[in-house]
Amino acid sequence: MTVLLAIGTRKGLWLARSDDDRRTWTVEGPHFLMREVASVAIDARADRPRLLAGILSEHWGSTVSWSDDLGRTWHENEHGPIRFPAGTGAALARVWQLQPDSARRPGVVWAGCEPTSLWRSDDGGHHFELVRGLWDHPHRSAWQPGYGGAAVHTVLPDAESDRVVVAMSTGGVYASRDGSSGWTPSNAGIAVNFQPDPYPEFGQCVHKIAVDASGHERLYAQNHHGVYRSDDSGTSWTSIADGLPSDFGFPIVASPRRPGTVWVVPLQADAERVPPGGRLRVHRSSDAGESWTELGAGLPDASWTSVLRDAACVDDGDPTGVYVGTRDGCVYASADEGESFRLIAAHLPDVLSVRALELA
Amino acid sequence: MSVQVLLPGILADLAGGNRALTVDLPDGTLADLLDALAADHPLLTTRLRDETGALRRHVNVYVDGADVRGEQGLATGLRSGAVVQVLPSIAGGSSAAG
Repeated sequence: MTVLLAIGTRKGLWLARSDDDRRTWTVEGPHFLMREVASVAIDARADRPRLLAGILSEHWGSTVSWSDDLGRTWHENEHGPIRFPAGTGAALARVWQLQPDSARRPGVVWAGCEPTSLWRSDDGGHHFELVRGLWDHPHRSAWQPGYGGAAVHTVLPDAESDRVVVAMSTGGVYASRDGSSGWTPSNAGIAVNFQPDPYPEFGQCVHKIAVDASGHERLYAQNHHGVYRSDDSGTSWTSIADGLPSDFGFPIVASPRRPGTVWVVPLQADAERVPPGGRLRVHRSSDAGESWTELGAGLPDASWTSVLRDAACVDDGDPTGVYVGTRDGCVYASADEGESFRLIAAHLPDVLSVRALELA
Repeated sequence: MSVQVLLPGILADLAGGNRALTVDLPDGTLADLLDALAADHPLLTTRLRDETGALRRHVNVYVDGADVRGEQGLATGLRSGAVVQVLPSIAGGSSAAG
């Protein structure tokens, strides 16, 4: 099995590759040196996998580049792939998420961006159009920036319908039946600790959401304090934080093949964004969050780093590979669903995003 | 009239490999110059201005040695033979440079 792992960092993109079923890895890069790569995607739907990278230069702005030859050459829409329409008065600040849609909609790629916005491309990521239904939402003026900015950071298109779910900080989870209009807040049951009403209709600081392998009815959410599951497509949420050392963290990743299996990487608290007790650990549930198992083989003690919202991912191998990148520039890979990890890259800049794919 | 545009090396690839361009345009402003540049080098100008038309925060432009932010910004007038120099601000790059 050959697996490609894209590693987006504060100062560029690195590509790791394993040709021996994830036992050993080679790492090459940087691509886009000194540019932030907050979002990466590997689109496997075409004949050749397409890499997409959301790039930010503090000098020269934000854009999306793509490569159809595994990073040898990169391309960019010469007119800018994502540009706010005249009249919005807005300018693209950062591409937080690049999400290829399903095989059902070939060519469709979604982008979640700052300022809070959702974009759809129908040509594989060359050109994106603003989803006006979300941009013009009456709640917009109440959405507030989280610590990292105001952005749509997660986009989850349903492979079986036209439904799309997005998550934004702050704002919470919103869903649309057609991915275009009728965006409704989907946060019932998710508590907040930073405003007087603990259960607002919207305004939650959701850090990441994920879809269970069983389909879009079951979702998981890692919030700014709070880990939740929904069994009704986000209509309501219940806490699944019991058994975790902390309910604070950023990523939440669901297995693509095993229903009920999900991983989180807890941090101590919002005011103490370090691994609990200084021990970097991944926690896995195999029963949709009813119970959790701490996984630490190969992960460091005396670790005072953190793992950001898109710096954890899984691959599509069997068994599922799990990847975790840290703000101190390390990437840990597991070929056995998290039972054991191996350090495959170190001394990189802060890891912002990782995505993995088994190459045919 | 004709003006000369000087670019930092990092942008040369977006200007056909050139760090210096000569642009002919009617009497006009810095905004007119950037509009004219966009016709031949669209990606170059997206690096300099965002989609609202504003100069990017950490892009500095000097007309005949004067920072346009101390002049009339994009409305700064250009004379024939003017030298327009683009430089990255030393203040930029904060998220990636630390």
